[in-house]
Amino acid sequence: MNHRIELRSYSRELENFRLRLAISAGFMLLLFLLLFARFFYLQVSQREHYHTLAEANRISIAPIVPNRGLIFDRNGVVLAHNYSAYTLEIVPSRIRNLERLINELTTVVEISARDRKRFKKLMEENRRFESLPIRTRLSDVEVARFAVNRYRFPEVEIKARPFRQYPKGEFASHVVGYIGRINDKDLERLEANSELANYRGSQHMGKIGIEQSYERELHGIAGIEEMETDAAGRSIRVISRTPPAAGKNLKLSLDFKLQEVAEKAFGDRRGALVAIEPTTGDVLAFVSRPGFDPNLFVDGIDTENWELLNNSLDRPLNNRALRGLYPPGSTFKPFMALAGLELKKLSPESTISDPGYFSLPGSTHRFRDWKAGGHGLVDLHKSLVISCDTYYYSLAHDLGIDNIYNFTSQFGLGKKTGIDIEGEAAGLLPSQAWKMERHKQKWFPGDTISVGIGQGYNLATPLQLAFATAVLAGNGAAFRPHLVKQVMDSNNRVIREFGTSPLYRLKLDPANLKAVHNALVDVTRPGGTAAVAGTGAAYTFAGKTGTAQVIGVKQGEKYEESKLDERHRDHALFVSYAPAENPRIALSVLVENGGHGGSAAAPIARVVMDYYLLGKLPKEAAAQPVDQVDEEEDEEHRHQQDEGGGHG
Amino acid sequence: MARLPHAGHYFTRYIDGFLLCGILLLMATGLITLFSATDANSARVTSQAINMLVALGVMWLVANIPLEHIMRIALPLYAAGLFLLLCVALFGEVNNGARRWLNLGVTRIQPSELMKIAVPLMMAWYFDKHETTLRLRDYGVATLLLLAPVLLILRQPDLGTALLIASSGFYVLFFSGLSWRIMATVAIAGGASLPLLWSMLHDYQRKRVMTLLDPSQDALGAGYHTIQSTIAIGSGGVLGKGWQQGTQTHLAFLPERSTDFIFAVFSEEFGLIGNLLLLVLYLTLIARGMVIAANAPTQFTRLIAASITLTFFTYIFVNIGMVIGILPVVGVPLPLISYGGTSMVTMLLGFGILMSIQTHPKLVKT
Repeated sequence: MNHRIELRSYSRELENFRLRLAISAGFMLLLFLLLFARFFYLQVSQREHYHTLAEANRISIAPIVPNRGLIFDRNGVVLAHNYSAYTLEIVPSRIRNLERLINELTTVVEISARDRKRFKKLMEENRRFESLPIRTRLSDVEVARFAVNRYRFPEVEIKARPFRQYPKGEFASHVVGYIGRINDKDLERLEANSELANYRGSQHMGKIGIEQSYERELHGIAGIEEMETDAAGRSIRVISRTPPAAGKNLKLSLDFKLQEVAEKAFGDRRGALVAIEPTTGDVLAFVSRPGFDPNLFVDGIDTENWELLNNSLDRPLNNRALRGLYPPGSTFKPFMALAGLELKKLSPESTISDPGYFSLPGSTHRFRDWKAGGHGLVDLHKSLVISCDTYYYSLAHDLGIDNIYNFTSQFGLGKKTGIDIEGEAAGLLPSQAWKMERHKQKWFPGDTISVGIGQGYNLATPLQLAFATAVLAGNGAAFRPHLVKQVMDSNNRVIREFGTSPLYRLKLDPANLKAVHNALVDVTRPGGTAAVAGTGAAYTFAGKTGTAQVIGVKQGEKYEESKLDERHRDHALFVSYAPAENPRIALSVLVENGGHGGSAAAPIARVVMDYYLLGKLPKEAAAQPVDQVDEEEDEEHRHQQDEGGGHG
Repeated sequence: MARLPHAGHYFTRYIDGFLLCGILLLMATGLITLFSATDANSARVTSQAINMLVALGVMWLVANIPLEHIMRIALPLYAAGLFLLLCVALFGEVNNGARRWLNLGVTRIQPSELMKIAVPLMMAWYFDKHETTLRLRDYGVATLLLLAPVLLILRQPDLGTALLIASSGFYVLFFSGLSWRIMATVAIAGGASLPLLWSMLHDYQRKRVMTLLDPSQDALGAGYHTIQSTIAIGSGGVLGKGWQQGTQTHLAFLPERSTDFIFAVFSEEFGLIGNLLLLVLYLTLIARGMVIAANAPTQFTRLIAASITLTFFTYIFVNIGMVIGILPVVGVPLPLISYGGTSMVTMLLGFGILMSIQTHPKLVKT
């Protein structure tokens, strides 16, 4: 070994060294090329990508949520408005131990059990990275206390937010509706309508009622603020700002004072009332009782209140005026009468002799009148005033189902009125075609008979009855019923107005109309089925009582009100308009399980008319049902069920 | 070669003009970049300029010392450095979880910095001494000379410095003629012992390696540096965003932007073209160092010149490699550009030695 090392020559060593230098030079060049390749990749190939990332780093785009439009009644009474308040918000995904955080937070700001429950419900319904309010509407003292302790809660943010408030609470709740937090379903819908961008930053949207159906107008257009931010998230400067456009204000056709009078008139009874101005289609009052407090829904309703509302037997969340389906009963008779006149099946003077029942030729089955033994000789006028059933059984038989269908559907029965809130029920006006399609059965002549008195397959919503009554009151002029009268910009300049031209006008013989109107006016006069409710009216008060069966009574059985469970009692109905010679208001009233239309429903109509036409406020108490009515003057009774058919 | 025409001048007699030009150009680039990286903080720029002047002074001083003298201090310097490293291990100040500094009462020093130059000097001196009777045992001794400080520094822990010193020592071994077969054997053995090495790494060191493999794994922690620096570089594009126009830099997304990550600032603002020019500038210095090494008169000077040049390259490659996300994040500054006095002095000390080798009369043996 030593020997070999001795042999190493200096020049060989140097050569070897220089070789290694050359090798390392090549190696270094190679590595520099590698660096350059990476530069090229980053700065040329991927430049766009990194440019976007740098811009995303630099620029934060903050949506500016527009102020939601306000909702007023026709006289400017505020029904929905906004105010600004502080909330404490948490992003669930940032929290490790929520319970502990809330417990600690409780030492600073009061957080009730209800707030906790509501927050947990919100957490289930929302995405984990969304900022959710744990407490809303903080007082000034609470804001100050949290501010002092803020360092302890880096995950909790205090935010100033606009809040929606419904100052009238339960009143008109079914009309105004409410907004609620935007959920996944809403997001999907917004995306489908490509409206998602406009809702970036928005936390709420209309869920029901006007708030929902006029969401587009009310929401407004979001603004955008482009901010340059540094690594700590601080805003350095505003790059550009597009101001938001506030939502449109809505002026309803609703007269809030009238609405209030009407709702109070119901007391704690369930029911609905729809009042329409026949010359415009303006909905003056739209009642569904019981109502609910829409304020509960704005920031997510807590479980307790939700269950209370949802499980209540009274079903306060059900909009009876819009969706409740009831047999129109005798309120259907004026339309039958007009059909008979217009189609020349009868004249005002023609009479029938009423034995107390009607039988089809060749049949022994008796369709009974409410009054055993009958009303004797009955003409058109009398048939409406005393609500004779036999007269209409006979008329229905003469007209036939298709005539009934074709004529009465012109008054909007059996189809949606097209009112400007969502969820309307279409009702049901039976026809041969309908029965074939629905029941795969041929129409029997017997089916027609009970349709004549608004029973049988007939079903209508209180809104439809009010609309039909308005068309009748307006002598055939049909205006689409609408809750919103005007859409206004944020300075209350009118942008759009509804109810200026009718949908259509029915060509009706004025003489025929006069005959019906005269009879209906006499309904509220002595001898009529609503005579008590009409006592002392200072205007011509036209109306028609009705009763809708809840359970059927078999042939031969007798309906005994006192023996029935309260919820199995008949629904009381009343349709009405006044003053009859030049109607300013037409309405329908339904009192669920109220019993008789004349005693339960008509007094409510009277209170509403008195207020609307005379400005007369009722005495404090609700319009009580008229107590004892003289047997003879009692309105029509219920009709015994025939054919065992499934209506009621 | 390439001496200034008036090389006889006292002041510039031992200065290599070629190297000096490159150094000054890089320093100017550094100051310009630093000005932007610190948001026009003239105090920082001035202090860096003073660092540079001091370092240039040191370089001038070293360049004027003949190699024989430098050779003579190799052993004492190494011994002192090793002693100080032991002191650090025993009494050093803990800073950010690392024991790197030694408080001498008057001033604090970081002995590992001293070893960056002392280790290659010592090893080159050793090989020079045993030049004629080089045996396998000598490589073993040299390796021990290298391993002792490297392990002490690894323990501090300071992976970056340990890596740089290890590589500077390895370069000496390599150029002294370590046989390819041994290197291959060691490389294979090293590769095989990687899992063992992995288990010896500190958590934060492992994290750095893991983060390199997937920066997004820890986007706001260890990966944040690399993610933000690659965004800065990528978004700079071919031409760059312009001096003082880098958004990543000026909105503070870029961490350590005046020190270890200053290359990202440069690259964001001057783009691919700037990068190319910078690499060329560095390559020129490296090439000059290689030429000096190739023409160096003795074993000692050859080894030291080659080691210094390749270590210089290593700094550049490791720093840029980490900033562009192809190497783990280790604390290695970008030579002559990153802010900081110590590394500047160390760097120019190396260049001083190169100049001394180049400019002093060559006493060719034989």
